[in-house]
Amino acid sequence: MATTPGTPAAKTNRIGLAVLDYKGGKTTLCAGCGHNAISERIIDAMYEMGVQPEHVAKMSGIGCSSKSPAYFMSRSHSFNSVHGRMPSVATGAMLANRNLLTLGVSGDGDSASIGIGQFVHLMRRNLPMIYIIEDNGVYGLTKGQFSATADLGSKLKTGVVNDLPPIDTCALAIELGATFVGRSFSGDKKQLHTMLKAAIAHKGTVMLDVISPCVTFNDHDGSTKSYKYMKDHEEPLQDINFVPHFEEINVEYDPGTTMEVTMHDGSRLRLHKLEAGYDPTNRIEAVRRLLEAHEKQEVLTGVLYVNPKAPTFIDLLNLTEHPLATLPESITRPGRQVLEQCMEELR
Amino acid sequence: MATTDVTLQDASGRLERKAIVNDMSIQVATVNGSGSQSSNTVLLRSIFQMGVPVSGKNLFPSNIAGLPTWYTIRANKDGYIARKKEIDFLVAMNAETAQEDVISLAPGASVLYDEPLKLNEIRQDLVFYTVPYDKLVAAVCPEAKLRKLVKNMIYVGVVAQLLDIDMGEVEKAIRKQFAKKVKAANLNLGAAQAGFDYAKANLKKQDPYHIARMDKTAGKIIIDGNSAAALGCMFAGVTVVTWYPITPSSSLVETLIDYMKEHRIDPDGKATFAIVQAEDELAAIGMVLGAGWAGARSMTATAGPGISLMAEFAGLAYYAEVPGVIWDIQRVGPSTGLPTRTSQGDILSTAFLSHGDTKNIMLFPCSVSECFDMAQDAFNLAEQFQTLVFVMSDLDLGMNNWMSDPFKYPQTPIKRGKVLSKQDLDRLGSFARYKDVDGDGIPYRTLPGTEHTAAAYFARGSGHNEKSQYSERPDDFEHNMERINRKFETARSFVPRPELISKGAKIGIIAYGTSHWAITESLDQLHKEYKFEADYLRLRGYPFTREVHEFIEKHDRVYVVEQNRDAQMLSLLKLDVRPELVTRLRSIAHIHGLPLDARSVTDEIMTMEGK
Repeated sequence: MATTPGTPAAKTNRIGLAVLDYKGGKTTLCAGCGHNAISERIIDAMYEMGVQPEHVAKMSGIGCSSKSPAYFMSRSHSFNSVHGRMPSVATGAMLANRNLLTLGVSGDGDSASIGIGQFVHLMRRNLPMIYIIEDNGVYGLTKGQFSATADLGSKLKTGVVNDLPPIDTCALAIELGATFVGRSFSGDKKQLHTMLKAAIAHKGTVMLDVISPCVTFNDHDGSTKSYKYMKDHEEPLQDINFVPHFEEINVEYDPGTTMEVTMHDGSRLRLHKLEAGYDPTNRIEAVRRLLEAHEKQEVLTGVLYVNPKAPTFIDLLNLTEHPLATLPESITRPGRQVLEQCMEELR
Repeated sequence: MATTDVTLQDASGRLERKAIVNDMSIQVATVNGSGSQSSNTVLLRSIFQMGVPVSGKNLFPSNIAGLPTWYTIRANKDGYIARKKEIDFLVAMNAETAQEDVISLAPGASVLYDEPLKLNEIRQDLVFYTVPYDKLVAAVCPEAKLRKLVKNMIYVGVVAQLLDIDMGEVEKAIRKQFAKKVKAANLNLGAAQAGFDYAKANLKKQDPYHIARMDKTAGKIIIDGNSAAALGCMFAGVTVVTWYPITPSSSLVETLIDYMKEHRIDPDGKATFAIVQAEDELAAIGMVLGAGWAGARSMTATAGPGISLMAEFAGLAYYAEVPGVIWDIQRVGPSTGLPTRTSQGDILSTAFLSHGDTKNIMLFPCSVSECFDMAQDAFNLAEQFQTLVFVMSDLDLGMNNWMSDPFKYPQTPIKRGKVLSKQDLDRLGSFARYKDVDGDGIPYRTLPGTEHTAAAYFARGSGHNEKSQYSERPDDFEHNMERINRKFETARSFVPRPELISKGAKIGIIAYGTSHWAITESLDQLHKEYKFEADYLRLRGYPFTREVHEFIEKHDRVYVVEQNRDAQMLSLLKLDVRPELVTRLRSIAHIHGLPLDARSVTDEIMTMEGK
């Protein structure tokens, strides 16, 4: 780094890293792809939260979205696994090392079609990880077939109309037990950025469905996952603010219009209600409102549901604090007397 | 040992028969869900406690209650514990199968039957004993709803009396079986005693079979292969176990859960392991890979259908080089097949499991002690070679009780393979994940969470270069695949070596897994009955070691004995040996779902040898 007088020192975060330390390889996705914007938001959120890149495990399945972990945070280990099965691989990694901050990136095909089985079981377990669906309603890498999140009546470039109802991954996640569920839009920089920071602070499964338009195969008139459609139909539930635990709170809020959620690490999530009466701690109401949004052709965004207190899968397994992966032999191999005792019981 | 010759008469009183001591097979035909498993175990243990080598094999249906079940106990003074083809003593408790069971017996066999079945009317050339079970059980078990379960214990007492099994040993076995359930133990003991007393007062010994005390089981244990594997895994330091229930593998993990809860909780009361029941086999192996990648000793246990489902992930593990251990407790396929019968039918599909060029390391345990030992081998090999290791057990080994010498505590420390720590990276400065630094094809890896800026790499199933960067370059792909093949070649000298019995014969036999027990007995039959000598090599690992090739080189003809239809191991050997040796290989393959017996092997070899 240049140190000549006059050059300002690179800005660093609370652990002394520059934003460059969170960069990844050069993207190979299409110019304008929503996924690239999401990668940028991840970089910013991780940087601002002061996450040590080496503590992060990036997990993905197969598809355009699943390639994207190569385009952010090169200093983090990453595992690009098989189609629709990232949840199980991520689960295994977390079992092996509970101290990892696990970030999964999937797509709508990877999660809602081939991977729906593993997706629902991941949600049930409330495994502590961030699970992002980069949702564009089509299979990009195989050139534009519908996925299971495509809305009824949405049209492909070829004119084919989708006549099956969409799977709402957020409604599913809430129903099944995920404890932080949100929907956002790759074009909504501030909202996505703030939700990601809150996601990093959350203990439990974070499921974020991020509408991320496919500029090549699903950004035309008749698409319900295009930039234009989102501009016209996005209905944010809240104006979201996030105060990390390491920052002082110096702005008061009005409890009448704003709800504050204290995260596991002491961070504060402040949700200024844009829709009066929406309570993101009420699961039943959240699912009802999502179903209603489909009727009204609205795309609800914001924090749909949050519960910072539920036990995680790691809690349920009663795992020892030290990562299982590196427990020494003295702990993982019982002594001779244990074998002798076992043999005696079998005589 | 009692060897007194006694002269007895058979049922018809025509033939004089010499006493047969400690050499018989007893088959108990019952209905599943009737508590017969406890009775059978007690009978098995009672003989074992008398010092007589014994084995027990359960032939059960894929059903919870109400279908026929057979349990075969073989007591043999010479230590033969393979299934015996002929039944010497039938305990007929199941009305549904009784007729057929009796019809299939060889002349001279004995039948113990429930009075209403009237089996003595079917044949004249058998010895029949009849017992009024319902009358006896009503007397010892006032509670009507328990009678169905206690009834079976009565035949244990009858058999004990007829065969001279010490009732003291029966009591000991019952107490062990019911452990802390004293009331149940007393009730069952009463039933056994009632059977014994009835037999003593009412049955006249007409068969030649006797159990007499020996000293051949002193210090030995009785355990099933799945429990032995579970113990082995615990002592191998397993930390992450994922599974999806499937017969015949479920008991492996269920037993492991019990052992781990008892012996792997740290002083703070926290678990030093994670055992997760997954949503399916795909998730089970996915978790194994995730955990293996992140540095845990991870495993799953399954059977053929699970192996099929795991195929895609197996290729990822092979190509991204992720360690993991898969126990395949083989059952009869294809498809659902015979899910409660034994087989060695997954050899070929597992060897090459997945698409593209994939080859997997396999281990072949033949005994419960090898289940224990090979658990250590499997985890060590998986981490040393950064690949999946499949332990190819089977239902016969996994779910049946076997006697064994006590297991030996692991002799060597756990081998975690080539893992670079932060300190290593400080020294090296950088590393390339898939570079062959040592010339053995095995690269170095780092674990997620390693606090060094050079530690991270991008694991992927897509084409990659030495640095694990995405690459579609033909040379990158080729070099990488060749290196992985080198790694597999290196494994030849690390998998367990075969076991060899050599007398310098011209004919050889190759077998593996549970076929071993039929082979050793068959070798003796060949020698005693035909003066025919054969050498024997028991495979213990794949890829094949040098000794396997040498064995085929040294013999004119080699019979490859296995429990599948398509000569799967022979096919693997064909791919491995020099072309001119291929014609030496002959197949003896069985696919009936029953454990292999020596007589079938002997007969088939003699037929093929033209004798």
